[in-house]
Amino acid sequence: MSERQIIDARGAFCPGPLMELIAALKLSAVGEEVEVLSSDKGSVTDIPEWVKKVGHTLVTTTEKEGYWSVVVRKAK
Amino acid sequence: MAKNILIVGGGLSGTIVANGLCRQLSKELRDGKVGITLLGTSDQHLYQPGLLYVPFGRIREAELFRDQRKVLDRRVNFFIDPARNIDVDAGQVTTQSGKMHRYDYLVIATGSRIMPQTIPGMAEAAHWFYDLDGARKMRDALSAFEGGKIVVNVNAPHKCPVAPLEITFMLYDYLKGRGLWEKSEITYTYPIGRLHALEPVALWAKPEFDKIGVKYETFFNCKEVDPAARTISSEEGVSLPFDMLITIPPHQGAEVIGDSNLGKGGWVPTNPKTLHREGSTNVFVVGDTTNIPISKAGSTAHFEADTVIDNLVSLVQEDRWARDYDGKVFCFVETGMNSGTYVWFNYTTPPNPGPPSQMIHWFKLAYNRLYWLSARGLL
Repeated sequence: MSERQIIDARGAFCPGPLMELIAALKLSAVGEEVEVLSSDKGSVTDIPEWVKKVGHTLVTTTEKEGYWSVVVRKAK
Repeated sequence: MAKNILIVGGGLSGTIVANGLCRQLSKELRDGKVGITLLGTSDQHLYQPGLLYVPFGRIREAELFRDQRKVLDRRVNFFIDPARNIDVDAGQVTTQSGKMHRYDYLVIATGSRIMPQTIPGMAEAAHWFYDLDGARKMRDALSAFEGGKIVVNVNAPHKCPVAPLEITFMLYDYLKGRGLWEKSEITYTYPIGRLHALEPVALWAKPEFDKIGVKYETFFNCKEVDPAARTISSEEGVSLPFDMLITIPPHQGAEVIGDSNLGKGGWVPTNPKTLHREGSTNVFVVGDTTNIPISKAGSTAHFEADTVIDNLVSLVQEDRWARDYDGKVFCFVETGMNSGTYVWFNYTTPPNPGPPSQMIHWFKLAYNRLYWLSARGLL
């Protein structure tokens, strides 16, 4: 299994965590995972919403100290 | 022995770095203690933001270009000989002509490129304005347009994040001006769940779109375009018909980055504050080339370039670090043919765009000329 890509989008206003995730998944192979670190609480809802619409897999959503970690696996 | 500073890429950030270094290292250059070399891809420097005006015939093409040799300080060793391989372990860059350049400090400024060909049907069916050829074709298509459905499709990642909104507002004014708006419909699509990555900009744009009647489809990531059926479909399962498709194509970094194993998709992993390539202390990355989760925009390139200049000068003259990049971005936003606003932010200050005005639009038009002072390192 390849190493999980981590995007540290904490404090990133533009393009923001979800846009970074979308761009990263385009370059990933099916089965690879991307972890997004976000200080925007909105990521906890908008990333899962998008993942569900597209059909990727939400692996985990974890609240850390002052930020959130969301892990997504590319499914198609 | 002279220290060699090698800059790969002659776009805005590479050019600012080269010119800024010449200004601040005059004595070292005169004494032969420093050499500055830039490897570019063209003898012409293109003012990329000006492409926005081309489809509407609002700028002459000659205004977009300057001779790169004249934009660059005469003390820069300039070669139109793009890098073929960047070897950061050996500290050398090999060019397409086969020349090898060794460096003490390297600045990677290879930029980004549009990749419409990565989406089936897009290159055949869509128009775009992110390069001159595309902007010319879009100008011709708009001239021949007599009304119908226009889809403005935005893909991730892309540079100049406000350009999709700008082209939409300008398109509305253009169609209105030609008396075609009553026979037309614009649908704007965006990859995430709002109209712009910046939340305050999205909150501002939504009622503006509602007011003028521009439709929108969010959570729309283009999967494919059917040129025959004239439909565009998303990964999310939505399909839209169009008579004219305008796209902001997905971008990737330069080919040489991938070929040199410096970063997936052509984006180089970069420290967001020092702008060092991750794992290097003598390799800096500026502009679109970085993988920093920040806007890929001319102003980002400019402010990053200023940081790199200060640090390189300080390292050469005093062997010390000067300052970190604070994440500053500043973008004008054209909100029509006669009004504009702006937005700025950094790593710690969120954006807060003000109300559009004609004065800011004029200032943007003035900046279209002032750009050349930025590129020369004067502004």
